Amino acid sequence: MWSFFHKLGSPPWLYRIAGSILRWLLPITLLALCVGLVWGLLFTAPDFRQGNSYRIIYIHVPAAVVALAGYYVMAIAGAVSLIWKMKMADVAMRACAPIGAALTFIALVTGSIWGKPTWGTWWVWDARITSMLILLFLYLGVVALYEAYDNKEAAGKACAVLSLVGTVNIPIIYKSVDWWYSLHQPASIKFTGESSIDPSMLYPLLLMITAFYALFTCCLLMNMRADILDRESRTGWVKKLALEYRA
Amino acid sequence: MYFDSLGAALAMEGHGGFVWAAYGICLLVVVLILLAPRRRQKKILLRLAGEQKRQQGNPTTVEEGK
Amino acid sequence: MSMAADKPPGAATFCLGLVRRQLTLAARRPIEIGNPLLFFAMVVALFPLGLGPAPDKLAGFAPGILWIIALLSSLLTSDTVFRSDFEDGSLEQLLLAPQPLFLSVLAYIVAHWLITGFLLALISPLFAVMISLPAGAIGTLMASLLLGTAVLSLVGGIGAALTVGLKRGGMLISLLILPFYMPVLIFGSAAVQSAVIGVPAGPYLAILGAMLCLAIALAPFAIATGLRISVDA
Repeated sequence: MWSFFHKLGSPPWLYRIAGSILRWLLPITLLALCVGLVWGLLFTAPDFRQGNSYRIIYIHVPAAVVALAGYYVMAIAGAVSLIWKMKMADVAMRACAPIGAALTFIALVTGSIWGKPTWGTWWVWDARITSMLILLFLYLGVVALYEAYDNKEAAGKACAVLSLVGTVNIPIIYKSVDWWYSLHQPASIKFTGESSIDPSMLYPLLLMITAFYALFTCCLLMNMRADILDRESRTGWVKKLALEYRA
Repeated sequence: MYFDSLGAALAMEGHGGFVWAAYGICLLVVVLILLAPRRRQKKILLRLAGEQKRQQGNPTTVEEGK
Repeated sequence: MSMAADKPPGAATFCLGLVRRQLTLAARRPIEIGNPLLFFAMVVALFPLGLGPAPDKLAGFAPGILWIIALLSSLLTSDTVFRSDFEDGSLEQLLLAPQPLFLSVLAYIVAHWLITGFLLALISPLFAVMISLPAGAIGTLMASLLLGTAVLSLVGGIGAALTVGLKRGGMLISLLILPFYMPVLIFGSAAVQSAVIGVPAGPYLAILGAMLCLAIALAPFAIATGLRISVDA
């Protein structure tokens, strides 16, 4: 068991394992995404109230869910790298930030586009959208902090601290924004509040959520591999890989 | 399929612009985050291969000369 | 030369000494204390210039306006808490001292708050009157600012600790800590708003108090870790 963790800390081992996982995970992810997208777009009945624009749910909700989960993955990786000083955990944390930011961006844009036919405006300051926006700022903050440090080892540690502070704050921020919204708006409109969602709509949604989780993992592993190559570019095994590389 | 024809699928009873735009942007970003690491990996490996070939072809390294 | 003089000072004495030192240093540069207050005053003037001088319109937004300006002033001063001591090396000495870093860091933040947020809360009634905040709400305004700016100073300290070693700090600290400022803004302005409409502001002030307790308990850990990272970098 302990040797497993020890191996996790070894860059070439991690590189190879990530590669073999990707060999089957990537095709499955792409397949799941295609099936889910086509299913949601063309093979489900439109919503009674919102018509066809509700189909955006199949990309908006998965992106939002995985974006939030991704922040916690990033924070946990950061904690592991701080506490146990595992370099590879630092690599994982670093790789999460841009993916999480991209997914949050998707969630925000699709949410905004969904809002236009549903409530007539491009932007609504409701609790969930505002919290998503703040999550984007939190992700971009981590990216900015990493870029600002010249010493990359210190950069990783600083980002770990920032992610952990963010983790403590996310529930506080969400609850505050939720409360703030209920104070300033009449609680009449509830947009994805379909508490009783029809099974024919639920299954493609669950598939897409799973597909997005798989997508996050694929991008994470790919980013980690690229990062490992970058950091270990002076070592023998990487140089050998470069010579064997066929574009 | 719910829609009768491709045209109907594109129009989506008036909401087509929104739905296809949203899906399009999502697809674009997903493709970007899938391709970016591959490009980075390729760049690093090609650069390292180039450096090593130049070192091999230019034997003024410490191992070669005195 | 008694043996007692050779023992390092206890944590409490050390921290009080730190607070006194920071305040003395700050008092030597009164302009730096005055700058954020002046900023507060000028930005208060910006709102009528932008929104029109009608008192009832201003009064409607006054709680939010005052709180946003307090937040921005806190943001501007957040960078200064550790910077000068980082640059002359005294921060490094602090990290090597035997006294617990948690308490020393808290002493820094307390001293910083006394010359920024605390003063801001004290002079806020003046600006409240200028933008037509109803008189009954001024007490709540001061209380909310006292509690809230303390939280802002603690959270700002985290950002300051993480960025103090960076040459190109600048806007970065603002980007990092603004999301964490938002809950304080929400409840601070809500407290004042409720005082304006006559509803008891107690619950909102209590929430601010709870945030303050949480911040006092947790922020110094993050700040201390951040300082170690910055100094070692």
